Amino acid sequence: MASIRIPAPLRAYTDGNEHVTISGRTVDEGLRDLAGQYPALEKHLFTDGKLRSFVNVFIGEEDIRFLDGVDTPVKEDDRLMIIPSIAGG
Amino acid sequence: MTIAKQAAPSGVALSHDEISRYSRHLIMPEVGMDGQRKLKAASVLIIGAGGLGSPLAMYLAAAGVGRIGLVDYDVVDASNLQRQVIHGTKDIGRSKLDSAKDRLLDINPHIEVETYNEPLTSENALDLFAGYDVIVDGTDNFPTRYLVNDACVLLGKPNVYGSIFRFEGQATVFDARIGPCYRCLFPEPPPPGLVPSCAEGGVLGVLPGTIGAIQATETIKVILGIGEPLVGRLMLYDALAMRFDTVKLRKNPDCPVCGENPTVTELIDYEQFCGMPGHDHSEFTSENEALAPAIDVEEVKARLDAGDDFILLDVREPHEWAISDIDRATHHIPKADILEHLGELDTARDIVVYCKTGGRSADVVMQLKEHGYERVVNMVGGINAWAEDIDRALPIY
Repeated sequence: MASIRIPAPLRAYTDGNEHVTISGRTVDEGLRDLAGQYPALEKHLFTDGKLRSFVNVFIGEEDIRFLDGVDTPVKEDDRLMIIPSIAGG
Repeated sequence: MTIAKQAAPSGVALSHDEISRYSRHLIMPEVGMDGQRKLKAASVLIIGAGGLGSPLAMYLAAAGVGRIGLVDYDVVDASNLQRQVIHGTKDIGRSKLDSAKDRLLDINPHIEVETYNEPLTSENALDLFAGYDVIVDGTDNFPTRYLVNDACVLLGKPNVYGSIFRFEGQATVFDARIGPCYRCLFPEPPPPGLVPSCAEGGVLGVLPGTIGAIQATETIKVILGIGEPLVGRLMLYDALAMRFDTVKLRKNPDCPVCGENPTVTELIDYEQFCGMPGHDHSEFTSENEALAPAIDVEEVKARLDAGDDFILLDVREPHEWAISDIDRATHHIPKADILEHLGELDTARDIVVYCKTGGRSADVVMQLKEHGYERVVNMVGGINAWAEDIDRALPIY
């Protein structure tokens, strides 16, 4: 199963879990599975059914925006990461 | 991607005192006399003399960066000292710039320190940046980060970026001449209120030390033109897991500021772009504070003293109750859990809601109103206002 790393600002919505196992053949399916497991996360990831523009999803070291976006295929052992926009200094 | 190594400017010499001071640099061939003269000839502008700016400025001063500029307009507060190591207890109440300048010149009297005691704005950014070789972003808010980025792209200057939140940090070098910019990674800011600031979410005191030291390292590498700069790579640091990850950043051809057909060709109104103010001294604030029916702490006190029957609802997190507590609070339900506990809140009774400073409680008031509660009000200023004006025995945090 693929896994996704949840950044600190979003962990409030995943019961504090940092790594979540997700299923799905594409990034979109994986993220919807994630939102299904943690419904409170839904509105932080999607708006009008689309991935929110400020949510950065990486597979391994690559930004999905430079692959096939949410249609990027996800393999069994892929590690996904949500990279948050943080501004503290 | 490497930055071309350039010869040190002629006419920059090191005194015997400086040679003794920089000995550990000079004996490394990667720095040497030539590199140390480049550092002396270099100028770096640091935006923000806070968590990131503190270690950054101190290391750059110690390393012999010849001219360091600092932009900030805050004063040193006791709550800064847990992480802003450039300032000391004796500096509480002083301008951060005065305090930082004293410390930097104490570390190294051979450098120049220039201070700009003003907010960075779209009006002054280009003029300020024009006088410096490298810009280092140590600000604490989204509008200023977009402003720093755009000004650097427009002027063709490297932007050494770092940001922190709780136990996590990010660092990279945005240099649109040879790689992506901040907007390539973050085309749009998150909506206001979605990402908590350090004032709201907290930050591990040593975290900006780690990230600031990375920024200082990258700044020195950029000046010296050595090694592999963090261009096109984002360093992600997780202090709890003690893990560094790196991901690849790519230049977005459609980037509105550094792409092939830029639409942002001059600085814009960044507070409007982000929908939030360009500072973070304050606590979490909510648009609902202007909308929620309000009550001040004096009136709450008077109603309690008169024996009025009402619910006094604390919506802070459980670990905050240990910091300070109003003993006459009738309910403690964290903001995020409120909808699961509506059964405990009687719609027929008056409800006064409070948090730390009034932002979260305003959100709860509006949430309760949506769920049919008519008699619900927000205690303005939260428990900190209560501690200030009603019960001086309570601490302010």
